[in-house]
Amino acid sequence: MSIAQETTRGYEPYIVGAGPRSKAGLPRFEHAERTLASKRVISAFGFWIFLLSDIIMFSAFFAAYAVLSGETAGGPSGKDLFSITRVAIETACLLLSSFACGVASIGARARNDSMYYGGMTATALLGAAFLFLEINEFSGLIAQGAGPTRSAFLSSFFALVGCHGLHVTLGLLWLLTMMAQVFAKGYRADIMRRILCFALFWHTLDIIWVGIFTVVYLMGLAL
Amino acid sequence: MSDTEIGLHLHESDLAPGDERADGREIAEGIRGYLIGLGLATLITAVAFFVSWTSLVWQPSIPIALMVLAIAQMGVHLVFFLHITTGAESFNNVLALAFGVLIVFLLIVGSLWIMTHLNHNMVSMEQMIQMQR
Repeated sequence: MSIAQETTRGYEPYIVGAGPRSKAGLPRFEHAERTLASKRVISAFGFWIFLLSDIIMFSAFFAAYAVLSGETAGGPSGKDLFSITRVAIETACLLLSSFACGVASIGARARNDSMYYGGMTATALLGAAFLFLEINEFSGLIAQGAGPTRSAFLSSFFALVGCHGLHVTLGLLWLLTMMAQVFAKGYRADIMRRILCFALFWHTLDIIWVGIFTVVYLMGLAL
Repeated sequence: MSDTEIGLHLHESDLAPGDERADGREIAEGIRGYLIGLGLATLITAVAFFVSWTSLVWQPSIPIALMVLAIAQMGVHLVFFLHITTGAESFNNVLALAFGVLIVFLLIVGSLWIMTHLNHNMVSMEQMIQMQR
């Protein structure tokens, strides 16, 4: 039972006052004349709410990092550990992948195969490059004895940046799924909604990365 | 349909977050929007990296400058990539965003505020050892 089917019957149970008049003959509300939002708007709005809650979860990690960033317990600080070139390349990768993701979503709307698959492939490659650099950094830190158990600063660093990396990993899996779904089923309405949600997810990860490279890396290196 | 009506009535004319008006918009125009976003974001990022790297900027102002740049870049991403605009049709998206920003602000500023006060009032480890003697 879909919302669209309900509205075509002329009876909309989800809208107050839209049904047949009650025995008391209550007047219809003004907004009852309006039609329901499309399923695309509703699902994207719902996903937007999820993304905002995800951002709030990240803000808790940010708060923990901001509180603990000075607690190095005699161990290395951010200044000793971070490399500005690596962060610059990681940032460029994510920013360009966000752009490529935008190109892919335009390609999907225009039913342009080469634009969609090309954009998605570029997004995936840039995302994978970002992830490779991040894993490389983490393993290097652990190898030089600056793992998450070394100090409160490093615990909060690994929690915050690792959580973002985990999101990127899940985003990559989702991206490959979307490519396979379009390949198998074409640009169906439900798949277009999933592409829209994926694009929102990927752009949001880039926004969170802006916070991370500013608060963790640039401030850690500058101060 | 009055513009003054406030509430969560998702409507046909509403925009989904991340969505653009599809009517009459060419591919080139869509790409142009993303290109503008990419250009602005690259510019702000480059300035942020330069500010943290150079010694030309007065040191105590660096954290504030970086914060301002980060918030500006998040705004650029929201407008050009997520298409969260101030138009009437994305009112619900902006309302949700405003609430999210409020919670994020309370969480981060509140934590920092409370923890600096606790740090200030806490007895340090050396003093602890002194007292035990």
